[in-house]
Amino acid sequence: MSGSLTILRAGPGMTVQDLGRPGWLEYGVSRGGAADRLALAEGAALLGQGAELAAVEMAGLGGEFQAGSDLRIALTGAPMRASIDGTAAAWNASHLLPAGARLTIGAARSGSYGYLHVGGGFQTPVHLGARSAHLAAGIGAALAQGDVLETGADGGQGSGLGLTPENRFEGGTVRVVASLQTALFPQAELERFEGTAFRRGARGNRMGVPMESDGEGFRPDGARTVVSEVIVPGDIQVTGDGTPYVLLSECQTTGGYPRIGTVLPCDLPLLAQAAAGAELRFRFIPLEEAVELERAEAERRAGLRSQCFPLIRDPRSMSNLLSYQLISGAIAGEEDVL
Amino acid sequence: MAEERAAPPAPDIRTVGVDGMLVSFGSRLSEPANRAALAFRAALAARSWDGVEEVSTSLVSAYVRFDLRHLDHAGLRARLEGLLAQRDWYAATLPGQRRLWRIPAVFGTELAPQLPQAAAAAGMSEAEAVASLSAARVRVQTIGFAPGQPYLGELPEAWDIPRQSQLTTRIPEGALAVAIRQLVLFSVATPTGWMHAGQTAVRLFRPDAEEPFLLRLGDEVQFNAITPEELQGLRRDPLGGARAEDLS
Repeated sequence: MSGSLTILRAGPGMTVQDLGRPGWLEYGVSRGGAADRLALAEGAALLGQGAELAAVEMAGLGGEFQAGSDLRIALTGAPMRASIDGTAAAWNASHLLPAGARLTIGAARSGSYGYLHVGGGFQTPVHLGARSAHLAAGIGAALAQGDVLETGADGGQGSGLGLTPENRFEGGTVRVVASLQTALFPQAELERFEGTAFRRGARGNRMGVPMESDGEGFRPDGARTVVSEVIVPGDIQVTGDGTPYVLLSECQTTGGYPRIGTVLPCDLPLLAQAAAGAELRFRFIPLEEAVELERAEAERRAGLRSQCFPLIRDPRSMSNLLSYQLISGAIAGEEDVL
Repeated sequence: MAEERAAPPAPDIRTVGVDGMLVSFGSRLSEPANRAALAFRAALAARSWDGVEEVSTSLVSAYVRFDLRHLDHAGLRARLEGLLAQRDWYAATLPGQRRLWRIPAVFGTELAPQLPQAAAAAGMSEAEAVASLSAARVRVQTIGFAPGQPYLGELPEAWDIPRQSQLTTRIPEGALAVAIRQLVLFSVATPTGWMHAGQTAVRLFRPDAEEPFLLRLGDEVQFNAITPEELQGLRRDPLGGARAEDLS
């Protein structure tokens, strides 16, 4: 049976996202989709459904939601403080949100993008084969107070599962392969690029994020008049002032700025999730190694369901902890227990 | 064209990121390289090899994204080389189902304030510039950057003028801008280095329409000069007065 979820309050930049819309590159529309695609796989595993179903992506700030029907939900991505009718609800977990119940989600404690999934997925209108909002392309709109999101028929059952997420919310090192235009940069510049500790700039969004550093900008050899070429998410474009800019899911489809390399798709969630100011480093690896890493990650994501475990209530989140008898059954250690 | 075709550069296959390959037919824009890229893309799309997720083009290249679980780089490269060897792609004809679009545009005035600057760069008077730009029949060489946004060429040689180093902060939707022997018709408002010489009322991308994209690769376009008052009257028409004629 399908249901609904009403948005009572929405942080800025809250949108519906799925895996995006491949197939429209040649019409100038990039694939788009969730900034952190791993989070979609995690939510799908927690709810026992396909990763192609649409979720709500929350950019740094959550909101308040009310169930119009009994819903199974899951919370993934950047950890945010969440509660259901005032009772704390674990992140990276699935829960039952009964009809009429209110779900409140606060600001991200680390990382950038949090996700709210429902059993059956959100059933917003399909444009060019996907439900993802692509604000840069003018497809869909940010969610706002009063929006009622229809949810699809929920083929799964059960809630109260948890999943330990891959930690990708504090910055770190991302792996990069040489791409089309890497050879435009002198070896010394590539080495300096690898040796630099960058900070994720504050102006980042779903199109891309600037990488700031204290050193000089990065320069390709000779003239920069390269013919405009295809851009893919993960490309690290070096703009006129030498600042590397990592392109994300809602990037443009072609561009004339030289690109120093491409971040592996399996490392893009770490990059997209790094909050402003987080430290990031880049490390080139051979293409063969990257291919193996991607294949392994695809397999790991497909098997996430088996990594889910029954949620045990976290004592720290139990307001009535002292009313529980916690020490019955304790033994002195001297009894003959056999 | 004949002498340009005489010594085409050899096509070049490179990787794009981890799961993409690019077949480039030149390192700079030329008519044969553009035709080759369009034809090669069409051939790839028609073959729809297992594991190929998406094909696309830029001005001079065809792009393939593939699923690493179903294809590997060596296998795909061998297939691409096999397809390249099947014919002279530089001699390819243009894609089928082409149309000629006539799109009304205001040249100059406060709606397109950089006409004087662009005309001066091309060594023309404003009247000569308008005559030249509205007489040119240009072709959609690629669509990219933003949804439905065409790069149109090739303009007469006088228009081989550079892009501005200082970006225009915001060029509006429907703007017609010129540089490097090309016109770009903007589908979204954006900062740009191209010079704003004309303004249309055309909407290139309508996500809710049955045919969301107005232009296709290979279509030809001519811009006929109108007055600001006439443009105002076209604002309610989603096509902005654009009319198509079948060329195929």
